[in-house]
Amino acid sequence: MSHVDPSAPLEGGPSKEEERKLKRESRSQLVSFMFMIFITTTAFLTVASDIVPTGFAIPFVLLLAGIQVVMQLYNFMHMNEGSRWINVMIWAGLFVAAMTVAALAVLIGIDKY
Amino acid sequence: MAADHAIERQSLPPDPQKATLEGRNKYLGFWFFLGGETVLFGTLFGTFLGLRSSTEGGPTAQDLFHLDLVFIMTMILLTSSLTSVFAVINMKRGNHKKLILWMAGTVILGAAFLGFEIYEFVVYYNYGLGFTVSAFASSFYTLVGTHGAHVAFGVGWITTLLIRYRKGGITLSNAPKFYTAVLYWHFIDVVWVFIFTVVYLLGVGG
Repeated sequence: MSHVDPSAPLEGGPSKEEERKLKRESRSQLVSFMFMIFITTTAFLTVASDIVPTGFAIPFVLLLAGIQVVMQLYNFMHMNEGSRWINVMIWAGLFVAAMTVAALAVLIGIDKY
Repeated sequence: MAADHAIERQSLPPDPQKATLEGRNKYLGFWFFLGGETVLFGTLFGTFLGLRSSTEGGPTAQDLFHLDLVFIMTMILLTSSLTSVFAVINMKRGNHKKLILWMAGTVILGAAFLGFEIYEFVVYYNYGLGFTVSAFASSFYTLVGTHGAHVAFGVGWITTLLIRYRKGGITLSNAPKFYTAVLYWHFIDVVWVFIFTVVYLLGVGG
Protein backbone atom coordinates (compact mmCIF):
# COMPACT_ATOMS: atom_id res chain seq x y z
CA MET A 1 0.00 0.00 0.00
CA SER A 2 1.30 3.40 -0.87
CA HIS A 3 1.79 6.01 1.76
CA VAL A 4 -0.69 8.87 1.74
CA ASP A 5 0.16 12.11 3.45
CA PRO A 6 -3.02 13.27 5.26
CA SER A 7 -1.73 16.83 5.39
CA ALA A 8 -1.34 17.12 1.61
CA PRO A 9 -4.02 19.33 0.02
CA LEU A 10 -6.67 17.31 -1.79
CA GLU A 11 -6.71 17.86 -5.52
CA GLY A 12 -9.46 18.04 -8.08
CA GLY A 13 -13.17 18.49 -7.58
CA PRO A 14 -16.17 16.25 -7.00
CA SER A 15 -17.39 13.90 -9.71
CA LYS A 16 -20.37 14.98 -11.82
CA GLU A 17 -22.64 12.69 -9.86
CA GLU A 18 -21.25 13.97 -6.55
CA GLU A 19 -21.72 17.59 -7.66
CA ARG A 20 -25.37 16.86 -8.53
CA LYS A 21 -25.82 15.33 -5.08
CA LEU A 22 -24.25 18.38 -3.41
CA LYS A 23 -26.47 20.77 -5.41
CA ARG A 24 -29.54 18.79 -4.34
CA GLU A 25 -28.33 18.85 -0.74
CA SER A 26 -27.77 22.62 -0.89
CA ARG A 27 -31.32 23.16 -2.07
CA SER A 28 -32.89 20.83 0.50
CA GLN A 29 -30.90 22.47 3.32
CA LEU A 30 -32.12 25.89 2.23
CA VAL A 31 -35.71 24.64 2.20
CA SER A 32 -35.40 23.09 5.68
CA PHE A 33 -33.79 26.31 6.94
CA MET A 34 -36.79 28.30 5.71
CA PHE A 35 -39.12 25.79 7.32
CA MET A 36 -37.23 26.18 10.61
CA ILE A 37 -37.54 29.97 10.38
CA PHE A 38 -41.26 29.51 9.75
CA ILE A 39 -41.87 27.25 12.78
CA THR A 40 -39.71 29.46 15.01
CA THR A 41 -41.72 32.53 13.99
CA THR A 42 -44.94 30.57 14.59
CA ALA A 43 -43.76 29.65 18.10
CA PHE A 44 -42.94 33.28 18.95
CA LEU A 45 -46.24 34.55 17.51
CA THR A 46 -48.20 31.91 19.44
CA VAL A 47 -46.82 33.22 22.71
CA ALA A 48 -46.71 36.91 21.79
CA SER A 49 -50.33 37.12 20.63
CA ASP A 50 -53.08 37.06 23.23
CA ILE A 51 -55.48 35.16 20.99
CA VAL A 52 -54.04 31.70 21.69
CA PRO A 53 -55.00 30.31 25.14
CA THR A 54 -52.04 29.40 27.40
CA GLY A 55 -53.22 25.81 27.84
CA PHE A 56 -52.79 25.27 24.11
CA ALA A 57 -49.72 27.45 23.59
CA ILE A 58 -47.43 25.50 25.97
CA PRO A 59 -47.76 22.02 24.41
CA PHE A 60 -47.82 23.62 20.94
CA VAL A 61 -44.47 25.47 21.25
CA LEU A 62 -42.92 22.36 22.87
CA LEU A 63 -44.08 20.31 19.88
CA LEU A 64 -42.59 22.89 17.48
CA ALA A 65 -39.28 22.74 19.39
CA GLY A 66 -39.31 18.94 19.11
CA ILE A 67 -39.86 19.09 15.32
CA GLN A 68 -37.05 21.64 14.97
CA VAL A 69 -34.58 19.56 16.98
CA VAL A 70 -35.26 16.42 14.93
CA MET A 71 -34.79 18.48 11.74
CA GLN A 72 -31.47 19.84 13.03
CA LEU A 73 -30.23 16.38 14.00
CA TYR A 74 -31.26 14.53 10.86
CA ASN A 75 -31.05 17.27 8.24
CA PHE A 76 -28.23 19.61 9.23
CA MET A 77 -26.19 17.09 11.22
CA HIS A 78 -26.88 14.08 8.93
CA MET A 79 -27.44 11.78 11.87
CA ASN A 80 -29.04 9.15 9.62
CA GLU A 81 -25.85 8.80 7.55
CA GLY A 82 -23.58 7.77 10.39
CA SER A 83 -23.10 4.59 12.39
CA ARG A 84 -26.05 3.27 14.38
CA TRP A 85 -24.05 4.01 17.54
CA ILE A 86 -24.60 7.69 16.88
CA ASN A 87 -28.34 7.13 17.12
CA VAL A 88 -27.90 4.98 20.22
CA MET A 89 -25.80 7.62 21.99
CA ILE A 90 -27.96 10.63 21.12
CA TRP A 91 -31.30 8.97 21.85
CA ALA A 92 -29.93 7.48 25.08
CA GLY A 93 -28.68 10.98 25.97
CA LEU A 94 -32.10 12.49 25.17
CA PHE A 95 -33.84 9.77 27.19
CA VAL A 96 -31.66 10.32 30.27
CA ALA A 97 -32.01 14.11 29.84
CA ALA A 98 -35.81 13.82 29.67
CA MET A 99 -35.88 11.64 32.82
CA THR A 100 -33.60 14.13 34.58
CA VAL A 101 -35.75 17.09 33.56
CA ALA A 102 -38.92 15.34 34.74
CA ALA A 103 -37.35 14.15 38.01
CA LEU A 104 -35.76 17.49 38.92
CA ALA A 105 -38.74 19.61 37.90
CA VAL A 106 -41.17 17.44 39.85
CA LEU A 107 -38.94 16.88 42.91
CA ILE A 108 -37.98 20.50 43.42
CA GLY A 109 -41.55 21.53 42.56
CA ILE A 110 -43.09 19.23 45.22
CA ASP A 111 -40.54 20.34 47.81
CA LYS A 112 -41.46 23.93 47.18
CA TYR A 113 -45.25 23.91 47.08
CA MET B 1 12.04 4.20 2.53
CA ALA B 2 12.34 7.55 0.90
CA ALA B 3 9.16 6.87 -1.01
CA ASP B 4 7.28 6.58 2.29
CA HIS B 5 7.88 10.22 3.01
CA ALA B 6 7.09 11.52 -0.42
CA ILE B 7 3.92 13.54 -0.71
CA GLU B 8 1.51 11.70 -2.95
CA ARG B 9 -1.14 13.61 -4.76
CA GLN B 10 -4.44 12.67 -3.20
CA SER B 11 -7.63 13.37 -5.11
CA LEU B 12 -10.80 14.55 -3.38
CA PRO B 13 -12.90 11.67 -1.97
CA PRO B 14 -16.73 12.08 -1.69
CA ASP B 15 -16.66 12.58 2.12
CA PRO B 16 -13.17 13.87 2.98
CA GLN B 17 -14.07 14.08 6.69
CA LYS B 18 -14.68 10.32 6.85
CA ALA B 19 -12.02 9.13 4.38
CA THR B 20 -9.48 8.13 7.05
CA LEU B 21 -9.83 5.93 10.12
CA GLU B 22 -8.85 8.88 12.29
CA GLY B 23 -11.57 10.99 10.70
CA ARG B 24 -14.20 8.30 11.28
CA ASN B 25 -13.10 7.89 14.90
CA LYS B 26 -13.29 11.64 15.49
CA TYR B 27 -16.75 11.69 13.97
CA LEU B 28 -18.06 8.81 16.10
CA GLY B 29 -16.33 9.99 19.29
CA PHE B 30 -17.75 13.44 18.85
CA TRP B 31 -21.30 12.11 18.75
CA PHE B 32 -20.62 10.23 21.99
CA PHE B 33 -19.52 13.52 23.51
CA LEU B 34 -22.71 15.19 22.27
CA GLY B 35 -24.78 12.42 23.93
CA GLY B 36 -23.11 13.36 27.23
CA GLU B 37 -23.64 17.08 26.61
CA THR B 38 -27.36 16.36 26.16
CA VAL B 39 -27.47 14.96 29.70
CA LEU B 40 -25.51 17.93 31.08
CA PHE B 41 -28.04 20.36 29.65
CA GLY B 42 -30.87 18.07 30.80
CA THR B 43 -29.83 18.57 34.43
CA LEU B 44 -29.66 22.35 33.99
CA PHE B 45 -33.08 22.45 32.29
CA GLY B 46 -34.60 20.30 35.05
CA THR B 47 -33.20 22.57 37.74
CA PHE B 48 -34.45 25.68 35.97
CA LEU B 49 -37.95 24.21 35.51
CA GLY B 50 -38.11 23.31 39.19
CA LEU B 51 -36.96 26.73 40.36
CA ARG B 52 -38.32 29.12 37.78
CA SER B 53 -41.14 30.47 39.95
CA SER B 54 -38.96 30.89 43.08
CA THR B 55 -38.27 34.57 42.53
CA GLU B 56 -38.19 35.52 46.24
CA GLY B 57 -39.58 39.01 45.59
CA GLY B 58 -36.94 39.68 42.90
CA PRO B 59 -37.66 40.31 39.20
CA THR B 60 -39.72 37.62 37.46
CA ALA B 61 -39.52 36.26 33.91
CA GLN B 62 -42.51 38.43 32.92
CA ASP B 63 -40.76 41.55 34.25
CA LEU B 64 -37.56 40.90 32.34
CA PHE B 65 -37.93 38.99 29.10
CA HIS B 66 -38.37 40.85 25.82
CA LEU B 67 -39.35 38.45 23.08
CA ASP B 68 -38.13 40.75 20.30
CA LEU B 69 -34.51 40.53 21.50
CA VAL B 70 -34.76 36.74 21.90
CA PHE B 71 -36.29 36.48 18.42
CA ILE B 72 -33.36 38.35 16.88
CA MET B 73 -30.88 36.14 18.77
CA THR B 74 -32.71 33.01 17.58
CA MET B 75 -32.63 34.15 13.95
CA ILE B 76 -28.90 34.91 14.20
CA LEU B 77 -28.13 31.46 15.60
CA LEU B 78 -30.36 29.64 13.09
CA THR B 79 -28.68 31.51 10.23
CA SER B 80 -25.24 30.61 11.59
CA SER B 81 -26.31 26.95 11.45
CA LEU B 82 -27.11 27.40 7.75
CA THR B 83 -23.77 29.10 6.98
CA SER B 84 -21.93 26.20 8.61
CA VAL B 85 -23.97 23.75 6.47
CA PHE B 86 -22.81 25.64 3.36
CA ALA B 87 -19.24 25.49 4.67
CA VAL B 88 -19.44 21.68 4.82
CA ILE B 89 -21.00 21.45 1.34
CA ASN B 90 -18.13 23.52 -0.04
CA MET B 91 -15.64 21.36 1.85
CA LYS B 92 -17.09 18.32 0.05
CA ARG B 93 -16.64 20.25 -3.22
CA GLY B 94 -12.97 20.78 -2.38
CA ASN B 95 -13.48 24.55 -2.40
CA HIS B 96 -11.15 25.72 0.36
CA LYS B 97 -11.79 29.43 -0.14
CA LYS B 98 -15.57 29.12 0.24
CA LEU B 99 -15.17 26.77 3.20
CA ILE B 100 -13.14 29.44 5.00
CA LEU B 101 -15.58 32.21 4.00
CA TRP B 102 -18.72 30.39 5.20
CA MET B 103 -16.97 29.35 8.43
CA ALA B 104 -15.91 32.96 8.98
CA GLY B 105 -19.55 33.98 8.48
CA THR B 106 -20.53 31.45 11.15
CA VAL B 107 -17.99 32.93 13.57
CA ILE B 108 -19.24 36.48 12.96
CA LEU B 109 -22.87 35.46 13.57
CA GLY B 110 -21.82 33.52 16.68
CA ALA B 111 -19.96 36.55 18.02
CA ALA B 112 -23.01 38.75 17.31
CA PHE B 113 -25.20 36.31 19.25
CA LEU B 114 -22.74 36.39 22.14
CA GLY B 115 -22.78 40.20 22.10
CA PHE B 116 -26.58 40.20 22.40
CA GLU B 117 -26.43 37.69 25.26
CA ILE B 118 -23.91 39.80 27.20
CA TYR B 119 -26.07 42.88 26.59
CA GLU B 120 -29.11 40.94 27.84
CA PHE B 121 -27.35 39.86 31.04
CA VAL B 122 -26.15 43.42 31.72
CA VAL B 123 -29.71 44.74 31.30
CA TYR B 124 -31.11 42.09 33.66
CA TYR B 125 -28.39 42.78 36.20
CA ASN B 126 -29.16 46.49 36.14
CA TYR B 127 -32.81 45.59 36.62
CA GLY B 128 -31.91 43.86 39.89
CA LEU B 129 -31.43 40.26 38.78
CA GLY B 130 -28.08 39.42 40.40
CA PHE B 131 -26.89 35.81 40.37
CA THR B 132 -27.77 35.29 44.06
CA VAL B 133 -31.00 37.32 44.16
CA SER B 134 -33.27 34.28 43.84
CA ALA B 135 -33.30 30.60 42.89
CA PHE B 136 -34.81 31.66 39.57
CA ALA B 137 -31.88 34.02 38.94
CA SER B 138 -29.20 31.40 39.75
CA SER B 139 -30.82 28.66 37.67
CA PHE B 140 -31.45 31.06 34.78
CA TYR B 141 -27.89 32.41 34.66
CA THR B 142 -26.44 28.91 35.04
CA LEU B 143 -28.49 27.42 32.21
CA VAL B 144 -28.31 30.31 29.72
CA GLY B 145 -24.74 31.16 30.79
CA THR B 146 -23.57 27.57 30.18
CA HIS B 147 -25.05 27.79 26.69
CA GLY B 148 -23.32 31.15 26.20
CA ALA B 149 -20.03 29.61 27.35
CA HIS B 150 -20.51 26.91 24.71
CA VAL B 151 -21.06 29.58 22.06
CA ALA B 152 -17.92 31.40 23.20
CA PHE B 153 -15.94 28.15 23.09
CA GLY B 154 -17.29 27.39 19.59
CA VAL B 155 -16.33 30.86 18.35
CA GLY B 156 -12.82 30.37 19.74
CA TRP B 157 -12.54 26.85 18.32
CA ILE B 158 -13.59 27.79 14.78
CA THR B 159 -11.45 30.95 14.88
CA THR B 160 -8.33 28.91 15.70
CA LEU B 161 -9.20 26.46 12.89
CA LEU B 162 -9.55 29.39 10.50
CA ILE B 163 -6.19 30.85 11.51
CA ARG B 164 -4.43 27.49 11.41
CA TYR B 165 -5.86 26.38 8.06
CA ARG B 166 -6.31 29.73 6.29
CA LYS B 167 -3.84 28.50 3.66
CA GLY B 168 -2.95 25.14 2.19
CA GLY B 169 -6.32 23.80 1.14
CA ILE B 170 -8.52 20.99 2.40
CA THR B 171 -6.66 17.90 3.56
CA LEU B 172 -7.63 14.51 4.94
CA SER B 173 -6.44 15.68 8.36
CA ASN B 174 -8.21 19.05 8.58
CA ALA B 175 -11.54 18.02 7.00
CA PRO B 176 -12.64 16.03 10.12
CA LYS B 177 -11.65 18.99 12.31
CA PHE B 178 -13.89 21.38 10.43
CA TYR B 179 -16.66 18.79 10.35
CA THR B 180 -16.68 18.15 14.12
CA ALA B 181 -16.61 21.91 14.77
CA VAL B 182 -19.71 22.24 12.58
CA LEU B 183 -21.44 19.37 14.44
CA TYR B 184 -20.68 21.18 17.70
CA TRP B 185 -22.14 24.37 16.27
CA HIS B 186 -25.39 22.64 15.27
CA PHE B 187 -25.59 21.16 18.77
CA ILE B 188 -25.37 24.66 20.26
CA ASP B 189 -28.30 25.58 18.04
CA VAL B 190 -30.29 22.52 19.19
CA VAL B 191 -29.80 23.54 22.83
CA TRP B 192 -30.84 27.11 22.04
CA VAL B 193 -34.11 25.85 20.48
CA PHE B 194 -34.97 24.37 23.89
CA ILE B 195 -33.78 27.47 25.72
CA PHE B 196 -35.91 29.91 23.74
CA THR B 197 -38.89 27.57 24.09
CA VAL B 198 -38.59 26.49 27.74
CA VAL B 199 -36.99 29.59 29.28
CA TYR B 200 -38.28 32.51 27.24
CA LEU B 201 -41.54 31.46 25.56
CA LEU B 202 -42.83 29.52 28.57
CA GLY B 203 -41.47 32.25 30.88
CA VAL B 204 -43.52 34.90 29.13
CA GLY B 205 -46.56 32.85 28.15
CA GLY B 206 -46.66 29.99 30.66
